[in-house]
Amino acid sequence: MRNVVLFALMAALFVLTGVTQSWNTSLSILNMAVISAIMAMGVNLQWGYAGLFNIGVMGFVALGGLGVVLTASAPNAEAWNAGGWRIVGGLVLGLAALALLIQAWRRLTGRVRTLAMLLIAAIGFVAFRAVFDGGVAAVEAINPSVTGNIGGLGLPVLLAWPVGGLLAAAAAWAIGRTALGLRSDYLAIATLGIAEIVLSVMRNEDWLARGVKNVIGLPRPVPYEVNLQRDPGFVAWAQGYGFDPVTASSIVVKLCYLGLFGMVLAAIVLLSELALNSPWGRMMRAIRDNEVAAGAMGKNVTRRHLQIFVIGSAVIGIAGAMMTTLDSQLTPGTYQPLRFTFLVWVMVIVGGSGNNWGAVLGGFLIWWLWVMVEPIGAGILGAITANLPEGSWLRVHLQDGVAHMRLLTMGVILLLVLRFSPRGLIPERRGR
Amino acid sequence: MDILNALVAFANFVFIPAVAYGAQLALGALGVTLIYGILRFSNFAHGDTMAFGTTLTILITALMQGAGISFGPLPTALLALPFAIVLTGIVLVGTDRAVYRFYRKQRAAPVILTMVSLGVMFIMNGVVRFIIGVEDVTFADGERFVIGAREFRDATGLAEGLAIRTTQVITLVVAAIAVALLFWFLNRTRTGKSMRAFSDNEDLALLSGINPERVVQVTWLIVAALATTAGVLYGLDKSFKAFTYFQLLLPIFASAVVGGLGNPLGAIAGGFVIAFSEVGVTYAWKKVATYVLPESLAPDGLAQLLSTDYKFAVSFAILILVLLFMPTGLFKGKSV
Repeated sequence: MRNVVLFALMAALFVLTGVTQSWNTSLSILNMAVISAIMAMGVNLQWGYAGLFNIGVMGFVALGGLGVVLTASAPNAEAWNAGGWRIVGGLVLGLAALALLIQAWRRLTGRVRTLAMLLIAAIGFVAFRAVFDGGVAAVEAINPSVTGNIGGLGLPVLLAWPVGGLLAAAAAWAIGRTALGLRSDYLAIATLGIAEIVLSVMRNEDWLARGVKNVIGLPRPVPYEVNLQRDPGFVAWAQGYGFDPVTASSIVVKLCYLGLFGMVLAAIVLLSELALNSPWGRMMRAIRDNEVAAGAMGKNVTRRHLQIFVIGSAVIGIAGAMMTTLDSQLTPGTYQPLRFTFLVWVMVIVGGSGNNWGAVLGGFLIWWLWVMVEPIGAGILGAITANLPEGSWLRVHLQDGVAHMRLLTMGVILLLVLRFSPRGLIPERRGR
Repeated sequence: MDILNALVAFANFVFIPAVAYGAQLALGALGVTLIYGILRFSNFAHGDTMAFGTTLTILITALMQGAGISFGPLPTALLALPFAIVLTGIVLVGTDRAVYRFYRKQRAAPVILTMVSLGVMFIMNGVVRFIIGVEDVTFADGERFVIGAREFRDATGLAEGLAIRTTQVITLVVAAIAVALLFWFLNRTRTGKSMRAFSDNEDLALLSGINPERVVQVTWLIVAALATTAGVLYGLDKSFKAFTYFQLLLPIFASAVVGGLGNPLGAIAGGFVIAFSEVGVTYAWKKVATYVLPESLAPDGLAQLLSTDYKFAVSFAILILVLLFMPTGLFKGKSV
């Protein structure tokens, strides 16, 4: 009952935004809120179900976005002929060297091992760079102002969502294999580092997705506003209901997105709920609450941790791909840990860790706040500074500071929830 | 073959910058490691604590410069530093009272405290941006160089120049003083000994009558001093930017973990290990190599292992290697 009321209040907030500002604003906040809710569910899988402290969310979001570019953007045959295969060859060489290194470490012992590993690392690195660098230079030389990258496969953009999830899952598997044996703090630091590395690769490897030059104009799964406005049938339909065709077109597009996102959200909520209440979910909670006891009962703690780490990261990757689709562009320069990692964590904790509905509610509520804090803060500060003389130093400074209010607000909310309601708005259900 | 020039180029581009950076990281890592040893959680707000202390220093420096106070050839910020340390200390002790103490009394799990520190991180980040904005701020004044590159060339007749910036010397001197004071405090004073006892075995320390609240308070004060000093030195050497300080968290954590979390000596060693690897791997060795190697062997490219944008990858790779092969770090830290 309480949950229904909470969600109703949440809906009321969006309706209020629609009435007082515009339905366009409200819908665009709602679309991002759905994506945020999916990210929060991914984190909730890892933290709420299994107690894994992953603060590399940003990296998986970005990998999802990369998935969109690699799947849906136009193929660039010229680049592949020039050096694309050479890049692939270089990467294969690098991976082979890495595999050899691991084998050497496992099979050999003593001084031979040290020597062999150093030798493999040195030769592998030189060979990798020799093959890889040439390919990169060739690809990046092709029409650098427009492409200069290997392009994508030109497949439908909806396919990119699972691909984004797979990319994130693959990265999570590699990270999990190395770092999941570590304690929670170390895992946190490791994931924080991985996210930074993923982003620095995406910013600097121009051959991959144009780096900070951004990929723009990615294909969309929904019609373009301009085309709708040109379509006489649509214009007649909109005018028949008394809408302005321009506003109506952008609202229809947003509603289409909302429909797609809503389906993904519903599917993930359904699957997560089924998983949570299955024997597998009980095992996960048992491992989270007492690893030693669960291990003694014959549960393979490390494998289960790896499994849920990969699944949760895949969910985050799907959300990242959806976000890039919504923006129709990939801008690696704009990914920041405060926005993409720690904000998602605030959503999970405020909503209620361990409860899928809590994560969803947290995603909606915190995203709404994150967007609305600025206008609300501007209003409040405007009222405070109204009595200060025009152009005074303090007034200007305070009004400039509004932009930074959101970080402050999020911190305060996080601390208040952790202190007074540590189990969140919709606490985990227990005792079944 | 031109060993002298090669050495000078190496010192100029690798050794001196890495030593200064290493000292800054070491001071930062000492703060992280002390919190971990005494309060037993990873403090993700540390980067922003550094930013906060530096912000205060910048404000006080501006006030001093306005009042016409200067420190001769040295940066005015050094005069402002003690005041900023005191203010930061008050803020940190206040934060502990308002936020962390509650969870300590509950004996909450370390991961909860870490999460709480995320909240503190958000707030401090917001406050810093609110006060000083997100732009780059340069606040170093006084002499820029101890030795300029041209003076060095003229004096020695070598082809390579060696520039030593004032801020680099100051970094080393101040860091050395801070570390000496810290170790004297930890090893020689009663309070310092009680801190180490508390870190080694909390229950035993409580039984022998050590007041935990006092230990915690002193820890926060020391952390304030270390974090502010580290932040100011980094800012003097490079420049102040709120986001850069947040990003410093990664190399700082890497230093603390590589040295062994909870071990002050390890934090210092870790800082230098990380700094030297970052600078060494991302430096283009072409210049040094052309001096040392015969002409036929001289490299065609830049002889750079990784582009400078990957310096985080370096600290991270070392972190992972150490965690896999020496889980408690180089100097036997804690592994709770």
